[in-house]
Amino acid sequence: MLKELILILMGGVLINNYVLQQFLGICPFLGVSKKVNQATGMGIAVTFVMLVATAATWPIYHYILAPDYTYLQIIVFILVIASLVQFVEIILKKFIPSLHKSLGIYLPLITTNCAVLGVTLNNITAEYNFLESMISTLGVGLGFLLAMVLFAGVRSRIENCPAPKCFKGVPITLVAASIVALAFFGFSGVVENLLGA
Amino acid sequence: MAILIPTILLAIIAIVCAVLLTLSVHFFGIKEDETVTAIRECLPGANCGACGYTGCDGYAKALGEGAEAATNLCVPGGDKTAGNIAAILGVEAQDVIEQVAYVACNGNCNATERKYDYKGLSSCIAANLLYNGDKTCTFACLGYGDCTRVCPKDAIHVENGIAVVDPQKCIGCGMCVRECPNHIIKLVNDTVKVVVQCSNHDKGAVTRKACTNGCIGCMKCQKACPNGAVTVENNLATIDYSLCTGCGACVEVCPVHCIHEDNFICGAH
Repeated sequence: MLKELILILMGGVLINNYVLQQFLGICPFLGVSKKVNQATGMGIAVTFVMLVATAATWPIYHYILAPDYTYLQIIVFILVIASLVQFVEIILKKFIPSLHKSLGIYLPLITTNCAVLGVTLNNITAEYNFLESMISTLGVGLGFLLAMVLFAGVRSRIENCPAPKCFKGVPITLVAASIVALAFFGFSGVVENLLGA
Repeated sequence: MAILIPTILLAIIAIVCAVLLTLSVHFFGIKEDETVTAIRECLPGANCGACGYTGCDGYAKALGEGAEAATNLCVPGGDKTAGNIAAILGVEAQDVIEQVAYVACNGNCNATERKYDYKGLSSCIAANLLYNGDKTCTFACLGYGDCTRVCPKDAIHVENGIAVVDPQKCIGCGMCVRECPNHIIKLVNDTVKVVVQCSNHDKGAVTRKACTNGCIGCMKCQKACPNGAVTVENNLATIDYSLCTGCGACVEVCPVHCIHEDNFICGAH
């Protein structure tokens, strides 16, 4: 049981990394990864929103929508996630105004962050129970955080590099993102083999 | 019925969300001062810090809360912004004292030499870490263009090894002033007519060896000034702009031509 949970967690962080392997949530990945501290803040905010979203959507799906109205899941989940993000924004503005300021427009954009919707839908598809869903979400969130922080580090190096003029800005960033994603391919299979599952 | 139940279900979930959000705004929400918001909209949003606050938000907040009385601190916004802010706060409008940056160094490639061949990052901050830069004068503009990169208006460029400000484009935000690792870019009021284009505090002989355009502290300008505005302090001529009339007497006598007459009055505003 514990082994399975660890497998789900590590799978979310390394193997099925949402940003680098499934290409979900690219908007904040490129938008807020200029500075490491901002990227960390965004990663934690997204992880938090994901956890709260899973905690809210799992019961809604299993106790309200299932079994007759499961086709409503996407629209209901979007609704719930949007409200949650709004709620997080109000809380952040009140208690951590500096983080609220530095996240700026990207905080409301978590609403439309497909990684958040993706993780809630994936948990349902994978038929996880509540605990497994939360663990999987935590893994995905940590994976997002890891990708953000790693990429912010890579980007701060790029800033000082004499890139050719035609590559400056977004192009070189995207090239770098693809190389980081390639590096993450190296993890596939590692976790399963390590735990012998 | 097949349509009705899911519709009602969705509506109920939406209403529950709305109620929860309304409640959370009620309990956790912060009321924003309308004056602050209105002032913030007047400001140009350059976040340059010329007003002395961390950014436009900071200045708007200080004005709105009454911590700051001067409405004319926004240099990039100019008289128009100052007038708008004064109108919102209901006080008399004051004109902005427009400022312009100038580079206090004339050590171009003809005047100074490189003391070593610098091959590192093309940035003044990096070059300055290595024996105060590669120019023979340790107070010199290194010419790697850190100021060019921060300038929001493309007003400062490196020409012949030193940075030169285009006063027509300069909005006096002072970002280059803060960026320059040698602190040789200075802000002056745009009514100023004469500037000393040197920052070298070394003794005359040392300066002379490092740069043929450097101030050697010969005191000629101090003697020539009819108003006592020019003084040589710590081997460098300095001008007290409250006394300077812009007669140009110091410009004529300077043997190294480091005092320049310039027409800064800019048309950008």
